[in-house]
Parts: sequence; structure tokens; C-alpha cells
Amino acid sequence: MNGRRLCIGLLLVGACRAKENEVLSEDPPATYGLGRTATPAEIAAIDIDANSAGVGLPAGEGTADAGAPIYAQKCASCHGAKGEGIDKNPKLIGREPPAGFVFASDAKVPKTIGNYWPYATTLYDYIHRAMPLNVPGSLTPTETYSLVAYLLRENGIPTSATINAKSLADVKMPAQPRFVKDNRTGGATFR
Amino acid sequence: MGRGYSRRVNNPSDDRRRISRREMLQSAGLAAGVAVGAPLATLLAQAPAPATAPPVIAPQAPPDASKVPGFPSAALGERSPFEQPALAPLNVTSGATSTPLQTLRGTITPADLHFQRHHNGIAIIDPARYSLVVHGMVNKPLRFTLDDLKRFPAETHTYFVECAGNGRAAYRAAKPEMSPQDVDGMTSNSEWTGVRVATLLREAGVKGTGSWVLAEGGDAALLSRSIPMEKMLGDALIVYAQNGEPLRAANGYPARLLLPGYEGNMCIKWLRRLEVIDQPNMSRDETVKYTDPLPDGTSRQFSFVMDAKSLITSPAFPQKLTSHGWWPVTGIAWTGRGRITAVDVSVDGGRTWHAATIVGTAQPNAHTRFEYMWNWDGKAAQVMSRAHDETGYVQPALEEFKRVRGKGTDYHFNAIRTWNVAADGSITFGA
Repeated sequence: MNGRRLCIGLLLVGACRAKENEVLSEDPPATYGLGRTATPAEIAAIDIDANSAGVGLPAGEGTADAGAPIYAQKCASCHGAKGEGIDKNPKLIGREPPAGFVFASDAKVPKTIGNYWPYATTLYDYIHRAMPLNVPGSLTPTETYSLVAYLLRENGIPTSATINAKSLADVKMPAQPRFVKDNRTGGATFR
Repeated sequence: MGRGYSRRVNNPSDDRRRISRREMLQSAGLAAGVAVGAPLATLLAQAPAPATAPPVIAPQAPPDASKVPGFPSAALGERSPFEQPALAPLNVTSGATSTPLQTLRGTITPADLHFQRHHNGIAIIDPARYSLVVHGMVNKPLRFTLDDLKRFPAETHTYFVECAGNGRAAYRAAKPEMSPQDVDGMTSNSEWTGVRVATLLREAGVKGTGSWVLAEGGDAALLSRSIPMEKMLGDALIVYAQNGEPLRAANGYPARLLLPGYEGNMCIKWLRRLEVIDQPNMSRDETVKYTDPLPDGTSRQFSFVMDAKSLITSPAFPQKLTSHGWWPVTGIAWTGRGRITAVDVSVDGGRTWHAATIVGTAQPNAHTRFEYMWNWDGKAAQVMSRAHDETGYVQPALEEFKRVRGKGTDYHFNAIRTWNVAADGSITFGA
């Protein structure tokens, strides 16, 4: 061990005194005590996510009728007046094609809210955090709920008349049962 | 540079582009209420170059460099004027910019050539105002400054970062004039230094219910991904240094998540918070994106690990073999499941294979350089490489990949690549 000795704990009680020029090997502490407590206000300022159970969705509500003009004003220039997509800005509206969930065989079939998004809560989470691209994070909860209600209605997805934290988490998206867990494990079989 | 070697020509149209770019940045900065004063100057300094690089003037060297004094030292070392590697495509704010793999040897990607994938541009973050918040299902929510992160025990490892979509264009729309950069340039390999996520989680004290961690960036996309607790308590790092220096802005300065072997999208750049949670968040980038449609009508979710892959970087387009005789067939292989154990090379389209030499030592979850010395007889050839990893996995043939994953699948393109060598020595990308 090259003259090293393990003296943890014993050092603290003085039972293990280091000899001159002895090199000690020490275990790390349980914690280093670095950083400081994050205050509730600091956390609230950035804790913006909402999960698929609706946890994190804020108070407020919106309707599809209220969302239509907001979409026209803030979204249509990139996503198209009817959510058809423009250039690299994705198509938003459309249901599963007659041939079914054919995305693996045909990359040209656009993935839309109606045919691919598995959770409606993701719409709120994503729009609120990242849209519109030129002024991300600028939409109020009311505007966001309204846009979500509008996009769900235009995709033909049944919802309650008003979208809020409770009713959004209750929305069943058509593609949700399509999603499966990763079954790749390495090894000889290619999956 | 610019001391006798003129490198690039500035033409008026480039200047016009640059001005309009500045104006755009200025108005964007003011509209968002950020970047006043010095930060704006920083933003301007970061303004990307035009979409296509200006024409290059051939450098000149003195007839005999031993007969004239050389240049004095400068603040930063520069590449020889004879070397002009470049990322491409440029001027991308929501998309990918790829590493020129064909210009590299060994395994390390120079930091300024690391591939970039942004979801709403390169965030400029003041390290003095940076913080990382760890909260959620923890006993003690904590806020760390950058200096705090650097006070924890550091680890240094060499790991690749590969975009889950790497190789999509080559798979879906192969073109003969694709270079290694075009084919698979969204993978890079760096020495990363930082602190284990587990160390920070221990400081905060994870509650028993915590099973996932939501990681979120502080960029304009606030990119967020859910990561299993097992990975976060394992080899996951929060890194602040890349190849010995602070992270490049485009690679997440001042600190990012680095998940060895996992798809690049999860290695959240400009990391601002980690929230301990008890179920995956189902954020956009783990549901709508970064999921893999399969031929059986399902879509594979949480496909985190990047499977074994290899790419020949020479001979490859646009290189030309100038004579028959000995040529090194060289490239990189990597796997997110540990170490590369072997690489095979075929020069006859996969009919027969030869064991390549691993150059140096294969490190886990890192690019590994391979080489096979090929005595080219001057006839047309199809050159391929095939990687094996320590789990017994073998890089799949293209036809097998298509059968299992489908022609339209969206991520994790790791099929065997083919370079076609013509009798005149010219090389094109096959598939």
C-alpha cells in the first residue's frame, strides 16, 4: 500500500495519529455542504413543466373559440392558417392516414398532434416553454390553454368544452396506445 | 492569421448578410428584454458566419521556411493555413451542424469542430449569473453556482456524444456526393470534466419515491428530458470542461449534462435545473420527437442507448485514390453499451471481411479508431466496416436494418455504410 493507511473515524477521535510524512487515504464525506438551499421563489420561477398526469399545469382555462384568433395571430405565420405546416415548421393538424400508423414505412407522412402526439399535456408544456419560436415563453396560461383547446378541436380530438388542468389531463390521445418501451438490450439480436 | 497569409475573401454580399444578421439579433435581443450592453456585444461577436463559407485563397509558404524568420507567437494558436476544416451547414438555429469527420485522425474532436444541434439557437449565459437548481422529490432543494460545481470532486472521461438522428439523410436519401461529414457528422468525441450527478443528488437527498430526473436547459427552447434515476446515480456527469477548457458556447457553456452512451438530445446543454420526479414527464422531445416508429405499427419510446456503429472516414468521398497499392482504410467505431471489441473491414461489398486493427485503446462509450491496411489492385471496390461491441452486438447490415426498423424510421441509424471506389480511384457514398 506504499505506506498508506486507512484511519477514517479513528483520526476524529485521535486514536490514529499520522506519523510524520505518512500519506493518509480518506473516505469522502457523506455530503460536502456546497451550494445553498434553493428558495421556493427561485424554484417557482423555473419549475414550469407539466407532466402527463397534469401535475404542474397552472390555474386558468381556455376554449377553442378563444384560441382560434390567438393561433391566427401568433402561430399561423409559421405553421400555416390551417396547421398544414410551412417548410420545416411542422404540420400540426391531421389524423391517422387510412393506411394506419405507417410512419416506419413512409417517412413522408407527417406526424401531427392528431396522429402521433401521445399526451395532450405535452401540448401545454411545450407551447408554454418554447413557442412562439421568436418570443418563447411569452404566452400566458390563458392563451396557452386556449391554443391547446383550439389545436385539439381542429385535430378532432374529443375534449370538454373548457380546457384546464383537470380536463387536459383527462384527454385521451389517439396515438397513445402505439407507444412501447425500448426492447433493445445489446447482445446478438438486432431489434 | 492575416500576417502574410490571406485566408478568406470578403465579398460585399457577405457583408450585407452580416449586417442583416446583426440587425436581427439586435431586435430579437431587445424584444426579449435580454442582452443589453455587454451581453449584446457578446451576442454580436457570436453572430454566425454566412451560410456558405467564403472562398478560400490558396495559402503560400516561403520557398524555404528555414531561411526566413517565422511569425511571432499570438494569443491563440491557429491551424496551419493549409488546414481549413469547417463545420457544415452553417447559420443553423434550429437544426444540426456537423463535424468534418474526414479531416480528423485519432479519436478526439477539436472543441471548435464538435457537432452542434440547437433547438432555438446558441444560448449565451453569463457564468456569474449561472445557477443549477436541484429540486423536486429531495430532502433539501439546492442551488449551485458554477464555482460550487467546480468545488466538488471532478472526474474526467472521454465520451462520444451522438445525435439520435445522426445518419438520417444518408439512410433516407443517400447521394453519391456525401462525405463522412454529410453521412454521420453528428457524432463527436471529447474529454469531458465535471462532477457526477450522483454527488449533487446525494447533497440534496433523493426521497424514496424519486425514480426519474427531469433535466432542463436554460436556452430559448428550455429543452427538457426525463432520465431514469439509475442512470443519474450511475455514470451521469454535469460537465463544465471539454478537452481541457471551458465548454464551448455551442456545446452548453457553462455546464451541461453528459450521459455516456445515451442519445445526444438527453445531454441537456446550458443545464439550469434537475427535478427529481416519480414518472417520466412526457415532454415533447421524449414523445413526439426521439421516438422510433417500427414496422409493427408501434413507436419505440425511451430508446436512450446509441447502439454500436462504425464509419470509414478514409477512403471516402470526396477523396480520390491516386494510385493502386497500399492504403489505410480508417475510421471510427463507437457504442453506447461499453467498449468496441472488434471492427471488420470488407473491400468486396460484404462478401468477405478482414479484422481491422484497433488504433490505441478502445475506451467505453467513446470513439475508437480502427485501421485496415488495404493493397488496392486498382479495380472497382465496395469498402465497408462493421463494428462489434462487448455485449456481442454486431452492427447490422443495411438490408437487415430496413427490415427490422422500416424505411421511414426516425432515429438510431446505425446500419453498415458502403463507399464505392471506382477504377479511376474516385470514391462515392453507396448507402
